Amino acid sequence: MPQAAACQWHSICHIDEIPPQGARVVRRPGQHDVAVFRTRDDQVFAVLDRCPHKGGPLSAGLVHGRSVACPLHGWVMDLASGQAQAPDEGCVQTFPVKVEGGAVYLGLDED
Amino acid sequence: MEKKLKLVMVGNGMAGVRTLEELLKLAPDLYDITVFGSEPYPNYNRILLSPVLTGEQTLRDIVLNDEDWYRANGIDLRMNCRVERINRARRTVVGEDGSEVPYDRLLLATGSNPFILPVPGNDLDGVVTFRDIRDVNLMIEAARTHKRAVVIGGGLLGLEAASGLAARGMDVSVVHLGSGLLDRQLDPQAALLLQGSLEARGLKFLMPRQTEALLGNDQGRVRGVRFAGGEEIEADLVVMAVGIRPNTELAERCGLYVNRGVVVSDTLQTYDPLIYAVGECVSHRGTAYGLVAPLFEQAKVAANHLALYGIGRYEGSVTSTKLKVTGIDVFSAGDFLGGQGTEAITLADPVGGVYKKLVLKDDKLVGACLYGDTADGAWYFRLIREGKRIEALREQLMFGESAIGGDTGHAGENRAIGMADSAEVCGCNGVCKGTIVKAIREKGLFTVDEIKKHTKAASSCGSCTGLVEQILINCVGGAADVKPKSEKAVCGCTDLTHGEVRKAIREHHLVTIAGAMHFMEWRTPDGCATCRPALNYYLLSTWPGEARDDGQSRLANERMHANIQKDGTYSVVPRMWGGVTNPSELRRIADVADKYAIPLVKVTGGQRIDLLGVKKEDLPKVWADLDMPSGHAYGKSLRTVKTCVGSEFCRFGTQDSTAMGIALEKDLVGMWSPHKVKLAVSGCPRNCAESGIKDVGIIAVDSGWELYVGGNGGIKTEVAQFFAKVKTAEEVLEYSGAFLQLYREEAFYLERTVHYLARVGIERAKARVVEDAAGRAELYARLKFALSFEADPWEARRDAAPAAREFHSLTV
Repeated sequence: MPQAAACQWHSICHIDEIPPQGARVVRRPGQHDVAVFRTRDDQVFAVLDRCPHKGGPLSAGLVHGRSVACPLHGWVMDLASGQAQAPDEGCVQTFPVKVEGGAVYLGLDED
Repeated sequence: MEKKLKLVMVGNGMAGVRTLEELLKLAPDLYDITVFGSEPYPNYNRILLSPVLTGEQTLRDIVLNDEDWYRANGIDLRMNCRVERINRARRTVVGEDGSEVPYDRLLLATGSNPFILPVPGNDLDGVVTFRDIRDVNLMIEAARTHKRAVVIGGGLLGLEAASGLAARGMDVSVVHLGSGLLDRQLDPQAALLLQGSLEARGLKFLMPRQTEALLGNDQGRVRGVRFAGGEEIEADLVVMAVGIRPNTELAERCGLYVNRGVVVSDTLQTYDPLIYAVGECVSHRGTAYGLVAPLFEQAKVAANHLALYGIGRYEGSVTSTKLKVTGIDVFSAGDFLGGQGTEAITLADPVGGVYKKLVLKDDKLVGACLYGDTADGAWYFRLIREGKRIEALREQLMFGESAIGGDTGHAGENRAIGMADSAEVCGCNGVCKGTIVKAIREKGLFTVDEIKKHTKAASSCGSCTGLVEQILINCVGGAADVKPKSEKAVCGCTDLTHGEVRKAIREHHLVTIAGAMHFMEWRTPDGCATCRPALNYYLLSTWPGEARDDGQSRLANERMHANIQKDGTYSVVPRMWGGVTNPSELRRIADVADKYAIPLVKVTGGQRIDLLGVKKEDLPKVWADLDMPSGHAYGKSLRTVKTCVGSEFCRFGTQDSTAMGIALEKDLVGMWSPHKVKLAVSGCPRNCAESGIKDVGIIAVDSGWELYVGGNGGIKTEVAQFFAKVKTAEEVLEYSGAFLQLYREEAFYLERTVHYLARVGIERAKARVVEDAAGRAELYARLKFALSFEADPWEARRDAAPAAREFHSLTV
């Protein structure tokens, strides 16, 4: 699990700029992209934009419930836990996110 | 916390526990569950008792749900505990240990009892039945200490017991009342072949013989069998395998209506609505099933109602039998005996040990009986269940599915039986036969979908689905749950089939995904990656202009209007009508490739230019710079119309095929469809545009145009079938459009034209399009109406801010 205490909050966009049941990609200098998802009921989650199976961009997947189906081979990842849906086995890194007054903040490790 | 309901299940066998599994999937927290089982074991696979008897498998191998499973699901399991009575007034069940458990719902799954012949001596030592683990242990013990076995009953169980005991070294005689073995599974010819072959392996048969008495020695152990007429044979072990009777004793004693079995409705409810019943103890519409597949279907329906969803009905089953008796494969399904109004095609090779009989009625396959070579059993069974018209297949029918066409991806292998464990079944995902067999055995899998999930076999292109199905049937026999798509639920979010969903959308005027899911009582709040794209298509195709396209319910390619590649980049294919381009388009394409450093430029199979490796954020700019319409190379939609040069240049051309192709493509552009649609127009029968493997293929002849439909050059090469011959270009447009509109309205999502036609029959399509001029005009008009709402998706996304936003990334 990401360490919420040691992370730095970055304002990335307004929640309305993420389509419901959709995602936006957040670029990080020198590191892999993060995908920030908005579910049908406006929950926001962030995971590394790389499926543990073959590295597919999860941000381009179909969002349903609290999960996303990878666009390459259909692995279903739980956005809150980062776990792949059984019987597939794998895990994607999750990041803390918060929404305050409509502003979406992504928590990234300092340095 | 709300108090849970209490569910008590009586009987701990395959049908009952499958019901619990289905129930836990639907409503994991609805019930506190208590299970009574009279055997001292958790749920095991009764079908595999024969391999345990022969020694090929052990008890451990055949356990389906171990005790940990019951614990993990919070089920109070009471093994080795019979139920004494059911008190319906107090709603309690009383166990033989004196415990009394209350219920809100009761599930009876008491199975069946072996029938014991009412003859003197039937209670002697050494007289056993063949039903459970205890029986098998008794037989194994007897085989160790005794020599001569007599099996009474020449049915499935009897022959399995006989060959098991022979494998353990006993001298076995089979006694049968009738004159043919397996008379419920085989016709007389096949039965004779089977008997001959079993005799060659050392079994003896006494038939027809009626057993009159079992004779005992002075220690009270069986020593022989006497038949009507006085003939006697010696025996140290007698196995009674003369059939089963639904176990209804408990139900009868508590006053439930019983007629042969516990009588249930289509919702698997008994006459007491709080009491459900599934499995061999049940009588449904007058039939008691003794095979596993129907019981699993019952389990699904019962679970749905127990979960309080209240949808789904069990309407009876067509059954098939697959068995292996000492290495001889036998398969039968449906009405294999035939009779009034039926005809039969037979193939008999007594020396080679092969016999096949297919029973036809009204141009449909209604029954099959296979002996020796059962590789096509699954295919025949599917044809029977689908009730498909077989006039087009008739000539090849006897030679099996492999005679129909060429699959790719598994080295031309079409028969699972002969394959080595190391042979690759699924060429997409590199899955070998052995891996699949292991998963079926170890994880207790019964459906192709489960195999797909666990092994990935057949989960990509699907060309090996038939092989996987065969492997499944070889492993678990009649327990295999093989269903055609028309009978399968769309996905785990619903129990409705594609056909039922389409019907509800049309009849109840459903125009939004949320509304459709609500109306059809979807189990998930917003579906999954399987049902949402299907629903989106069904809504758009049924209610054009009313239903709004939901981009978030489309998979990546159709949402981005480009094809996603393995590294997350996209490919861009601009439209070139009929495959024709010009210097200025080519210059723009070259400039775009330079400007955006596009790594690969390639010509596609559909005569287009593909720009591969475009970054997502560059897509809107690439489209703007190309200034060409979308080629829809990414969609379940009209892809391309491939053409040859035709009469304008070619010395053989009979018509202007290029202009015809361009006109067709312009007529159909923007058409969403159940699956991708490809067309071709050739200028003469030399067919340079390969019209014979297209969804709609046109071939010009001197006197007009020939139309072919249902071709496919992909996973399984399928040759298009002749559809119509017309005179004018206008007719080509109308006939093609009307056929495709029929496909759009009737096919299931992800069903190609070839599979749609295989399901409904090309005659039906001809009747609607070719023979019915008014109907054709209406179909074509409906297509034009639907297309009037479509605009070029690239143009719409070039610069409009909300649509373009998804292509741009954020930064921290």
